[in-house]
Amino acid sequence: MSNMILLGTRKGTVIFDRIDSNWQPRPIMHAGIPVCYATRDPRDGTLWASLDHGHWGPKLSRSHDDGVTWEDVMSVKYPKDARYIVKYMPSPDFNPESPTAQPEYANATVYKIWNIAFGNAHQPGRLYAGTIPGGLFVSDDGGNTWELNRPLWNHHSRGGDLFAGDATTENRWYGTPASIDYGVFEPGIHSIIVDPRDSNHLLVAVSSAGVIETRDGGLTWHGRNRGMLNDYMPNPEAEWGHDPHFVTSCPGQPDYLWQQNHCGVFYSDDGAESWKKVSLPDVGVHFGFPIAADASDGLTAWVVPARADSERMTIDGGLFVARTTDGGRSWQTFRKGLPQDSAYDIVLRHGLDVAGDCLCFGSTTGNLYLSEDRGETWQCLGNNFPPIYSVRLG
Amino acid sequence: MPSVKMTQHLYRFFPILENRTITVPASSVAEILVAVNEIAPGFTDYVLDEQGALRRHVNLSINDAIVIDKKTLSDHVPEDGTVYIFQALSGG
Repeated sequence: MSNMILLGTRKGTVIFDRIDSNWQPRPIMHAGIPVCYATRDPRDGTLWASLDHGHWGPKLSRSHDDGVTWEDVMSVKYPKDARYIVKYMPSPDFNPESPTAQPEYANATVYKIWNIAFGNAHQPGRLYAGTIPGGLFVSDDGGNTWELNRPLWNHHSRGGDLFAGDATTENRWYGTPASIDYGVFEPGIHSIIVDPRDSNHLLVAVSSAGVIETRDGGLTWHGRNRGMLNDYMPNPEAEWGHDPHFVTSCPGQPDYLWQQNHCGVFYSDDGAESWKKVSLPDVGVHFGFPIAADASDGLTAWVVPARADSERMTIDGGLFVARTTDGGRSWQTFRKGLPQDSAYDIVLRHGLDVAGDCLCFGSTTGNLYLSEDRGETWQCLGNNFPPIYSVRLG
Repeated sequence: MPSVKMTQHLYRFFPILENRTITVPASSVAEILVAVNEIAPGFTDYVLDEQGALRRHVNLSINDAIVIDKKTLSDHVPEDGTVYIFQALSGG
């Protein structure tokens, strides 16, 4: 049973504690500072927040005393000679399949630490952080020091080893709109999945490139986008250029993976070897950002659907959650306890979480909802939070 | 020695810098920031990115002149100069 809810919000970190069956919020932490992700390390209880300082650069903040005090962890940094090929916002005549004339290079700096993930229990100090612009950082000392995973940074799908020289291949990673706030249009890593059976097996998801996998602890990486359909590309089945909004797996059956993509909901039952589109637009399940997988049943997942990419809001003013228990063949929608009139909430990619029978999601409108019966009925935990970027149960 | 003044926002993260006159033996902006970082470890991470360039939304001036070299911060600071560190305002 979950006893803590962590919110990353536009104005700081909010923590709820379960006290005598009631959820009580604590005073806001990191007050006034945007927090794009907050989570709890299940191995040792350390709390983590990714601060998105407008002026002072992204920082990780860590608490070893359950949120009483926090300390900066300032060492998520690109090496001095890390470069990337600059991407620009698509122009009207943009053709993502057409090679650009000459690559333009930029020195890499961390714009956003978008996601934090934890190693398995037998790797107590192992942490992962995904960034804009598209770096996977690894720590083996509990977050004191971090190192860029170079094989992924140097992958042929993004130009090859730019430490060694200029690009040797075409850069097929495209930007994410989430980077525009930083004055750039660069990719970002927002999902990091560690296989509980094998610590050398990781899947990460990149907006906008797709899913990429390592089975040797990060030495080599391979695209895992077969079956993905990208509506906005000239070739919808292109290997790269996909826009997963969030990817997650069933911890008890890690070969069962779920992906809420820009172009629909996708499901894999073979460890991302192939994906199958399981959107069901007739019941509203297609576009959205978050997706949550059941802890033990690989056939069960939840989404909080939105109307469309061009209309990022609820469908017809009513907020609902959809659940499948059959691998996406059918979806049940649940509305009890959620507003059904004049609601325009959007739930971002890290804004939904599940732990056991408990689900929680928060919206950029500052509304927070909790279900303790697997998403069937909901209670509101507050309507006046700052825009909520992430919800994690601890 | 040049002196350093900064937005009070930075005192939140580096309280050791509050309520004191900061003078450092240095002749360039880069040297000054290194010296402040010795007083308040981690300070340069707030003002500079990992490539050593001034962060996009931070401004630095020597007296009332905005620094020219924002990449390597080589601008000369006179012995009696004051370096100001403040936010580049970018909307509410």
